[in-house]
Amino acid sequence: MKARAFDYVRPETLEAALQVFRDADVDAAYIAGGQSLVPALALRLQAPALLIDIARLQELRGLSVENGFLRIGAATRHFEILNSELVSQHAPLLAKAAPFVAHPAIRNRGTFGGSLALADPASEFPAMALALDAEIEIASLDNPRRVSAADFFLDLYETALQPGEMISAVHVPVASPLNRCAFDELARRRGDYALVGAGVNAEIRGGQVEQIRIAFLSVGPTPMRARTAEESLTGRPLTSESIRQAQEALVADLDPPGDEHTPAEMRLHLARVLLGRLLARLEADE
Amino acid sequence: MNAFAGSLDRPNSYIGRSVSRPNAKRLLEGKGRYVTDLVLPRMLHAAFVRSPYAHGRIVSIDTAEAAALPGVRAIFTGKDMAAICKPWVGTLDHFRNMKSPPQLPLSLDKVMWSGQPIVLIVADSRAIAEDAAELVGVEIEDLPVLADPVEAMSAEPMSEDMGDNTCFSLALDNGGVDEAFAKAQHLLEESFVFGRHTAVTLEPRAIVADYDASENRLTAHHATQTPYQFQDVYSRHFDIPEANVRVIAPDIGGSFGMKLHVYHEEMAVVGASILLGRPVKYVADRMESFVSDIHARDHRVTARLAVGEDGRISGMEVDDVTAIGPFSSYPRTSAVEGNQVIRLMGAPYDFSAYRANLSVVFQNKVQTSQYRAVGHPIACAVTECMVDAAARKLGLDPFEIRARNLIPDDSYPRKSPTGYQFEKLSHEACLSRLKSIMNYDALRREQAELRKKGVLRGIGIALFVEITNPSPAFYGIGGARISAQDGAIVKLTPSGEVHCSISVTEQGQGTETIIGQIVADQLGVNRDRVRVMTGDTDTTPHGGATWACRGAGIGGETALQASRKLKANVLSIAALILQAQAGELDIRDDWIIDVATGQQRLSLAEVARIAFFRSDTLPAGTQAQLSVVHHYAPQGYPFAFTNGAQGSLVEVDPETGFVKILKHWVVEDCGRIINPLLVDEQIRGGVVQGLGAAFFEECLYNREGQLTNGSLADYLVPMAYEMPDIEISHVETLTGDTELGAKGVGEAGTAAASAAAMNAVNDALAGHGAVLTQIPMTPARILKALGSI
Amino acid sequence: MTGKIAISLTVNGEEIEAHVTPRVTLADFLRQDVQLTGTHTGCEMGACGACLVLIDDRPVHACLMFAVQADGCVVDTVEGLTARKAIADLQRTFHERNALQCGFCTPGMLVSAYGILAAGGVPEREEIRDALSGNYCRCTGYEAIVDAIELTAKQRHQQAAREEA
Repeated sequence: MKARAFDYVRPETLEAALQVFRDADVDAAYIAGGQSLVPALALRLQAPALLIDIARLQELRGLSVENGFLRIGAATRHFEILNSELVSQHAPLLAKAAPFVAHPAIRNRGTFGGSLALADPASEFPAMALALDAEIEIASLDNPRRVSAADFFLDLYETALQPGEMISAVHVPVASPLNRCAFDELARRRGDYALVGAGVNAEIRGGQVEQIRIAFLSVGPTPMRARTAEESLTGRPLTSESIRQAQEALVADLDPPGDEHTPAEMRLHLARVLLGRLLARLEADE
Repeated sequence: MNAFAGSLDRPNSYIGRSVSRPNAKRLLEGKGRYVTDLVLPRMLHAAFVRSPYAHGRIVSIDTAEAAALPGVRAIFTGKDMAAICKPWVGTLDHFRNMKSPPQLPLSLDKVMWSGQPIVLIVADSRAIAEDAAELVGVEIEDLPVLADPVEAMSAEPMSEDMGDNTCFSLALDNGGVDEAFAKAQHLLEESFVFGRHTAVTLEPRAIVADYDASENRLTAHHATQTPYQFQDVYSRHFDIPEANVRVIAPDIGGSFGMKLHVYHEEMAVVGASILLGRPVKYVADRMESFVSDIHARDHRVTARLAVGEDGRISGMEVDDVTAIGPFSSYPRTSAVEGNQVIRLMGAPYDFSAYRANLSVVFQNKVQTSQYRAVGHPIACAVTECMVDAAARKLGLDPFEIRARNLIPDDSYPRKSPTGYQFEKLSHEACLSRLKSIMNYDALRREQAELRKKGVLRGIGIALFVEITNPSPAFYGIGGARISAQDGAIVKLTPSGEVHCSISVTEQGQGTETIIGQIVADQLGVNRDRVRVMTGDTDTTPHGGATWACRGAGIGGETALQASRKLKANVLSIAALILQAQAGELDIRDDWIIDVATGQQRLSLAEVARIAFFRSDTLPAGTQAQLSVVHHYAPQGYPFAFTNGAQGSLVEVDPETGFVKILKHWVVEDCGRIINPLLVDEQIRGGVVQGLGAAFFEECLYNREGQLTNGSLADYLVPMAYEMPDIEISHVETLTGDTELGAKGVGEAGTAAASAAAMNAVNDALAGHGAVLTQIPMTPARILKALGSI
Repeated sequence: MTGKIAISLTVNGEEIEAHVTPRVTLADFLRQDVQLTGTHTGCEMGACGACLVLIDDRPVHACLMFAVQADGCVVDTVEGLTARKAIADLQRTFHERNALQCGFCTPGMLVSAYGILAAGGVPEREEIRDALSGNYCRCTGYEAIVDAIELTAKQRHQQAAREEA
């Protein structure tokens, strides 16, 4: 499994990288961690003629808190998310999801921005970006902008990124003192793509759910918010009854695909079970 | 007992000792020498163009663009190979009525499975060869695909001259079945489906074929378990004198039987080297491995059991349909597995009314053949699940029903209803030991407590019988040139060290280590002084190599007998040097000693020095024979059967269908244990392969004959996080057929692990009206059985 | 195509300058160009762990990097770790516990183990199994490997306690 031939450049600045892509008269692709791109090249599923290495761009680095947001540079490696004090303090849902991302060696190379840009519906971080109402900062020659996670994931492997654009940073609203969150996934083996996974991020005051975000992975072409389930819980206490109703509401939110391994009704069933367990964890945390 | 009783007290007593492997050190430092590491001067690299269709007629092949790519050295098609390679047919005479279409390295006309190699590209690098492969145009007219064995049995034959799609069928009838079923108080019937597996060795298949036209000499550096078989195969099929074919099997990254078989790709690469006169290297990449490595274990079994009110089995009947590839594998056939399935059914139990039907059916899928525990997992799972089903029906404890049915330990020798001869097994001892090490009663109490909280624990057990140490009854009588004997050369070196070249081979189980232990033990030397060499047809005698758990029992006996011969020769020279009687002397700790006093008289190094360099000081006419060659062919029983019992503890999450494997136990009786450490690790590895079968592994084919999960991301092999710790205990019933008394153990773990796991899951689900009779027991299948989806 | 790219990197403590074709993976570069065959390839897609090396002291799949990406990096393979005795205790416990059979997964296991032990402390068996979740072994069934890593962690912990005393 050897990749087709390609050229390789490593521009020194973000601006230069964007320009190299623009100027290329062949199929170009950015490479950061490469943990998904390299196997795709090895399998010849993709064959860009030019790889533009962006992993070391200074503009994409950094983990900091500014103006109520945790800024995660796109080139931040997964292991940095896992080990970061800032993340566990200000975006605990990410810290809870991080141990489930692939395996340790993959986490040593894969990048947060790369994960969102690929938008694999079975990945943890795109779904968590959704659950955290993150804002994705897009570097672009024509149209640099910030896009909310809710508007970023469009279809299978399709995001708001136009060809040649790249994510420069992700901004996550810092968790308030009322924050409770939980993450879990059901995977056949540790580190495998999950059959179903979910993150719940909530603000709970005096036993009442003030705000709640529920995002699922592996239930459709993109990560999915379960808005009906969220609404059913907003303004209510977390009880076994309200949890049960949220589980039932899921059928309005999710219409998962089926395949030969996992029938559609099984994914929905697992999604319900998983939601129940995550909400029970939040209930127990109080 | 015998000569080895209390043996661990003697100096140089290595038999029965857990010692580390001398040849593992280099592996730990990254200094292993695998075929995938090998580089030869002017070596070229191979890649294949493969059929995307499962069945079709090749209309045209266009290689012009590929041939023009810089770095491409040659492109070969079926005609090129047919001109220099005789076709092979994978049948054995003792499987009457067996048939199989002849095979050539690259097809001349048809493609028979998706993934079949059609064109061979040889280039300066693998990457260029793959680039060129993309440029080859192959036009194939697709034909109807047979991807269901039952359908295939009545469909048009996929191969001309075969008449139908049944490769082999066999009916066994020991008599009394209809009567037993008519009279029985309880009749149980169940249908089972077993997932198709593949070995997934971490090092893929690899070969460097190096043909030297100047000497008409072929050297194949081949990642195989059996260099001797391939020396014969390459010689006969490429018409090169046997003595001019050298096969070297160096370090190998796993085999488990998969690398015993003849593959189209390796044959084509040998052909390419012959045609080019240069070394050609082929390493199967992981994607190719899935569509070319042999598959195994694709069975649909219907079983019926006749049981009395007291739980006594009075009769059993099975029907087994097994799906193979478009032809039978060579030279060991694709029928051995099915043959073993129907002959191992019910093996631990005392009943005689047995009837079985086996149909081995061609499919447009990858070929199948022997893979670790050949047939045993299916026979054991069917038997043990039926026994547990009977237990549940009668309200009997699983240990109790087995105790009532197993062949008592004092009733040997015995013959099974299927014709197997058991010298002596120990089912009673193993069953009771299992119950003890599992702390079974406590597990049941804990299970009951947890059930009140809605936690579903399951406990499952399985008894098993395993075939080891085969005589020519396996292959020789069928006309295959696969040896059942082994040979060893044992030499004293000029410095008084010991060198042993032997025809059993090493795949990491520790063959070289245990041979070294036996040689050192029998000679009376420190094992640090013994070097064992394997895996090269030029430097070892011809033998059976390692498979079917024959290395310790047969190879070990060969080394033992050879070492005793050498010892006698050493003592006779020592006696001449010391002017004593050979009978008064022994060898201990590298020294010739007086038996009576234990006094050291002469070092082995000194004996060697004199024999090699000062023969003038020995009595006239003395000819020192400090190199000995000895062969041993198994005698007595056609197979050395072993037996054991396994236990599994699981926790089933009824809401998700996920199963957590909590623990596994094995009680194994493999006769004399030469190295307990190595034996236990073999068992553990085998168990995990069986648990992989039980919960994760299956090759999924669609109706078009496409393997839909042929990647490591989709074919789920067991990984560390999901696997349990495994507790092991032993019973040792020696075989009287050899001095060593050792039987085999390599496949025991795999033989019964999935059966125990199935029984555990079904135990957890008992009371929920759910029974699993298909493996792997995936969450989807468990949820379906529970009625949740 | 522009052809080869000049890279310079440190491999097992040695400065290496090379001109590489961009599509050559780090695994193939190490095995073929530098002739360090201790790093193995089992899948070429990051699913088996046979190819693990250290990049800047962290375990990384060498098959999931192109050699050109490793420019300026510090790479350690099993050979280098052996030479500077960084895993001598692991190799000893693996050997004594027979935590390897065919040896093909072993270099990758040792690199993973290096990563596990670098975190310090004595991990629970489940933690060890979790950290090994990307390392495929077909021979051992994993338990002996977990035993060897657990034992090494305990030995290092005891050694550190002795040194502090």
